[in-house]
This record gives sequence, structure tokens and C-alpha cells, in this order.
Amino acid sequence: MELLTILLETGVTTGHGIAALGAGAAAIGAGIGVGLIGKGALEAMARQPEMADDLRANMILAAALVEGVALFGIIICLLVTLG
Amino acid sequence: MAHSDEGHSESFVAGEYIFHHIADANEIHFFSDVSLPLPIILYTEGEGFDIFLSNSFQTTEGVYDTHYDMLAEGPLTGLEFKKSKEGGITATDESKSVWDISITKSVFGMFCMMALVMFLMIKVARSYAKNPGKAPSGLTNFLEPLILFVVNDIAVPCLGKERSKQFLPFLLTVFFFITASNFLGLIPFLGGFNITGTIGVTIVLATSVFIITTFKGNKHYWGHMFNPPGVPGIVKLIVVPIEISQIFIKPIVLMIRLTANISAGHIIILSFVSLIYIFSNLGEAVGTGLAVGVFSTLFMIFMYLLEFLFAFLQAYVFTLLAAIYFADATQEATH
Repeated sequence: MELLTILLETGVTTGHGIAALGAGAAAIGAGIGVGLIGKGALEAMARQPEMADDLRANMILAAALVEGVALFGIIICLLVTLG
Repeated sequence: MAHSDEGHSESFVAGEYIFHHIADANEIHFFSDVSLPLPIILYTEGEGFDIFLSNSFQTTEGVYDTHYDMLAEGPLTGLEFKKSKEGGITATDESKSVWDISITKSVFGMFCMMALVMFLMIKVARSYAKNPGKAPSGLTNFLEPLILFVVNDIAVPCLGKERSKQFLPFLLTVFFFITASNFLGLIPFLGGFNITGTIGVTIVLATSVFIITTFKGNKHYWGHMFNPPGVPGIVKLIVVPIEISQIFIKPIVLMIRLTANISAGHIIILSFVSLIYIFSNLGEAVGTGLAVGVFSTLFMIFMYLLEFLFAFLQAYVFTLLAAIYFADATQEATH
């Protein structure tokens, strides 16, 4: 409660609050995405350890693509906060 | 990175503090009041060039302080310029338009990294010429695994042995430039460079990828784009615009990913610094600030180590995606 009062005192407006929620939502999406990729890659590596190197490269690639989408969200949140 | 803001504002605003440190600047700021001024180069339309050091800018009280609007007189044209506290430089005379091509912090860091990478690579190349067939030693021994990593793990799997030869110079350059720039940004007390987090730098890198993909694109690539085989006529109306827009989306995503990742790393570390200030300013108990300080420092160290991984990983991802786009563009028909 005290933290909330401080946040209000420091001039956090509604737009900022919603931007923060947006950043959180972007993080949830990316978290689920990257988690699924990690799960898939680990299962595949456990089944076929000889493919581990190939799988790792593709895992990083897929994770980077998912993360890219989350970063779009975060950039928009930043623009809201700054603009 | 943290410097006291007492003199500048009444209360500590974390967002302002963080963006002041993330943004490009006209000086390299080390700690408290110690900073290195960088040259400012301005071109005023109809008047000519002006070159002077950034510490010629002074507030009305006659000090250099980036937290306030500052004024300076161009030594060559005699015009007066205004540097706002947000960082933009304009002529005091509003009717004059000014082109700012200053050597900023990012540009300076970029020059340093270009020189370093060139120096290292030329040295390594010479050492191969000097001792052909011998096991590498010293610097060459250190860089050879990295070069081979780009060749064997990025270029050859995507492009194949033959095609990779024409793209390797670009891929290697981009990889080592991004890695070097990312690592420069991680050195503490060296101005907190944010080169690859500056959008202008990544725009140029992504544009290079765009130009290469567009010019190297073969008949097969363009054919699939404008006339995808096996797609019925009406669906083509939807597919073709999507295919065309992806030529532009690919480099844009490449650009945003690198900028946002590197900036985000800096923002997280600075947020932990800010936490200490915010909690100490509560002023209820000294213990709070102290406890948060310990907590923040530990997390900062953790994030810092993670950033070392990311510095390398982002260079890898950028190079890998560039290689995949090139592979797409130069693929030969297999059916």
C-alpha cells in the first residue's frame, strides 16, 4: 500500500500504469513461448542426443523470433511512457 | 554509472535518470563531474560548418550541465546554438535549419570498435600469412575458434560451402562488430556506451542486410514472391502482399531485436541502481536503503553476467538470421 502511495506521488499516470500492464502482458506471452520452445528442445534432445547441436541452434533461433514479438510490445510501452 | 542528482532536481525520477544514461550524448561521462567532451559538428544551411567541443556549451550560469538548456557560439559562422536538455541541437535563430553530424558517444565508440576489430583481424590475417600450416598461437589462437564458429556453425549450415564464400566477409564483419560493441557497453566506468542499442547503428546494419538480400535475390526468390507456384489465383491476392511486406519486415525486426535487447539490458541494470535511490529517498529507516542496496547489487551482478551471454548471443542471432535471409534469397529451385 505504501509503495502504491509513493508511485502515485511520483506522478505515475493512468497511461503509465496501463503501459506497465502492457509490458507485463508482453512478458507473459514471451515467457509461455520461450518455455514451450525450451520444453520441445529438451524433449527432442533427450530422445536424440546426437542431434543436440542442430537442435540448440534452431532453439535459439526460434526463441529469438518469439522474443522479437515481445520486444515490439515493450518498445510500444516505452513509447507510451516517454511520449 | 550512478551520479548524484541532488543539484539537478528536487526528487529522483527513475525514468529520467535511466534514459539520460541510455541515450546518446555529446560527451563521455565517467563518474560524478568527470567527463570527456566530444567534437560537435554542425552544418547550418546557407552559413556553413561549425566545429567545436561539446564543453563550449554553457548554461546561463556559465557551467556545462546536460540537465539544463545550454548555449554556445559557433566559432566559424558566429551563430548561436542551443542544446536543449533533451539533447537536440538547434540554432537560436529559429529560421535557420541545422544539420547535426556531431561525433557523439555512440559514433566515437563505434570508431574505436571499428579500429580495434580492424587491427585485430589484420594482425590475425598476417600471422596466417607468416606461419602457414603451423598451429596458431597467442591472439590468433584466441580468435580462430570464434571465426570458425561463424564459418562452421552459422554460414555453412545455412548457405552451404560454395555460396557461403561470397557472404562470409559480411557475416564475419557484422558478427565481430556487434560482439565488440556489445562488450564495450558492458565495461563499467567507461561512459556506459550503448552503441548497438542506438537505433541509428542497427538501422545501418539492417539496411545492409536488406540491400544484400535484394540485390543477391535470384529469379527463384523473386518468382516465389510475385508469383508463388501452386497457389490459386484468388489466394494470390492475399499471399503476394504478405510476401512483399516480409522483405521489409525481416530487416526491421532484425533492427528492433538488437536495439531493444541491448537497451533492455542497460535499462535493467540501471533500474537496480535506481531502486537504491528510490528506497533511500523514502527516508524512514536507513536500513531500508541498505538492505535494498545489497539486494540490488547482487541482482545487478547476476544481470551483468547474463548480459555477457546476451552480448554474444545477440551477435549470433543477428548473424544467423542474416545468413538465413541470404540463403532464402539465393536458393536454387529444387523442384
